[in-house]
Amino acid sequence: MWRRYLMWFAHEHLDFRHAEMQSIISLFNIPVKFIEQPSIRKPYWIVELPSEDYVKKIASRSVLVKNCIELWSTAKTESQLHANLKNSLKNSTGTWVTGENGQGDASDTHLCPKELIEACCSPKNSFKIEVETFCKHYTLKEKVQKIESFEYLPLEGPVKLNKPDITLAYLEFYGDDPNNVPEQPYDLFFGKWIVDGQRDLIQYHSLKKRHFIGNTSMDAQLSLLMANQAQVKTGDIVLDPFVGSGSLLVSAAHFGAYVWGSDIDFMMLHGRTRPSRVGQKMRAKEESVRGNMRQYKTESSYLDVLVSDFSLPLWKQGFKFDAIITDPPYGVREPTEKIGIERDNYKLSEQHLVNHIPAKVEYGLQQLYGDLLNFAATHLEVGRRLVCWYPLVREEYQEDQLPSHPCLSLVANSEQVLSKLTARRLLTYEKVRDDGTGQTLETNGGSHNFREKYFAMGEMTRRERKERKSEEMAAYALYKMAAKRDVT
Amino acid sequence: MKLITHNMLTSKCLKGVMTGYPLAINATDIKVTEVDFNPEFITRVIPKLDWEVLWAAANSIGHGEGLPKTLEPKYEENEDLLKKLHRVLLEVEVEEGNLTCPESGRQFPISKGIPNMLLTEAEVQ
Ligand SMILES: C[S@@+](CC[C@H](N)C(=O)[O-])C[C@H]1O[C@@H](n2cnc3c(N)ncnc32)[C@H](O)[C@@H]1O
Repeated sequence: MWRRYLMWFAHEHLDFRHAEMQSIISLFNIPVKFIEQPSIRKPYWIVELPSEDYVKKIASRSVLVKNCIELWSTAKTESQLHANLKNSLKNSTGTWVTGENGQGDASDTHLCPKELIEACCSPKNSFKIEVETFCKHYTLKEKVQKIESFEYLPLEGPVKLNKPDITLAYLEFYGDDPNNVPEQPYDLFFGKWIVDGQRDLIQYHSLKKRHFIGNTSMDAQLSLLMANQAQVKTGDIVLDPFVGSGSLLVSAAHFGAYVWGSDIDFMMLHGRTRPSRVGQKMRAKEESVRGNMRQYKTESSYLDVLVSDFSLPLWKQGFKFDAIITDPPYGVREPTEKIGIERDNYKLSEQHLVNHIPAKVEYGLQQLYGDLLNFAATHLEVGRRLVCWYPLVREEYQEDQLPSHPCLSLVANSEQVLSKLTARRLLTYEKVRDDGTGQTLETNGGSHNFREKYFAMGEMTRRERKERKSEEMAAYALYKMAAKRDVT
Repeated sequence: MKLITHNMLTSKCLKGVMTGYPLAINATDIKVTEVDFNPEFITRVIPKLDWEVLWAAANSIGHGEGLPKTLEPKYEENEDLLKKLHRVLLEVEVEEGNLTCPESGRQFPISKGIPNMLLTEAEVQ
């Protein structure tokens, strides 16, 4: 029997939700039936899956899924939810009985097979009921009242708040507009908690506790998302060619990959740049990409890091990676550079050579992304992925201007807004075929010129900047409110 | 630098160098660190290796003992071989030394285990 699940998401990185889920679903080859068309304005999906194993697989990877509930009943009003649950107890058809497949008009019926409830009722099963409300806050007392309204459920086991055998979940959705919260919820759900997603990993991998960070270290949540976009799995070989402090390798290694990194910055890879943490005077001895992996006990999948300029070839012909995950320099917080010098007849004396740190010339973004896509087209296994960030001035964005390559297909494209005017997009490309022709195919490095535009915008007056800042803070406060959720 | 890295690395970055492979290793400091043994990974990596290059590299730094000169079929069933390979590929590391381009003789230093493949401004002119 296929089972019906409610997947409850964190209200964060909304534009990444679909992409992350699709990546995980296709990674594990999971057949999913959508019972309701997913909408970004709702923090949940309702799906059917062939068995509980599948929902556990999804939850084992997703950082955006908060938890997965075996859905017993749903309704648009409280009284209907209770009516549905009571009728579910009598539903011996062995399948879901719902309004949508009965008569043509969608009535508010949703009854699970009674076996699902009965399986939880034995006196041997301790249980508790949790209440979660989206976009509305309730006091503990109010929540207890809500819990008591489920008294009629024939649960015979003892109530146990800490690690019960069974956790039941009651969820109320009050829409996604914190300025316009209705009196009564729009949707109500009841079911059995099955599994949590990987939200805890975000804390575990938090940059606040990371040994070695740089000015542009990627935060834990986005790093994990990137590893999911890349469909990293145990035993994969992964490369980050702009590795910096190695955040992306840390998350790839968490999912079992063996990792290589390279970066042009000798001082960075040797942990000798100025410390990035406020208040820290000197870098500690173990500060390195490897040190980070040691911290998370994945040092066994550290291969190496190399000091190298990505604009020049490094790897042997025919060698292929399972994934390339990277955050190239955007030229704002750190320069986009490659080795070179613009003067003619430049020559270095012999003794100078040994510890010489070469001068760098600008590495244009278009050229950089062109090189990156070309590199992926030659050095990725077919069917595997390149995942990279791409910075943009928002109003200039046109999808057909993104970097492209005939061997790579853009399978996901999610926006993270950085300010009112700027954003970066996480681009996921899948290698669809090998460049068998032996000749370099034409690559398009994209034609948004972020750096120039970014600095042109830097021309704005102080007043404008101040205004924008307060606008952003207001937006952030709203967003925080919307994300507020309470679990008793 | 581990030998698995050496097996994939070239000096093609240099102007006029065609393959830049394999790089010769000159090691002044070698360390051996323990790494979890993962036979599936080693089995997956074998087809990506240039075996002769691995064999020569391991011997050139004194860690080739027990490594067969040619790879026999059904290697995935040979646990001894996989263990030996595991050691040579992942546990032996060149801490200090350098890599030499086979075509131009250009040397790339390895310090604290990290190879430096950067060129000078003059070399990229
Ligand atoms: C946005 S940062 C990556 C940060 C990294 N994800 C982390 O977690 O620390 C970009 C990196 O690219 C490096 N870089 C810039 N130009 C490069 C080039 N031509 N070749 C290789 N690396 C380069 C910079 O030194 C910097 O460390």
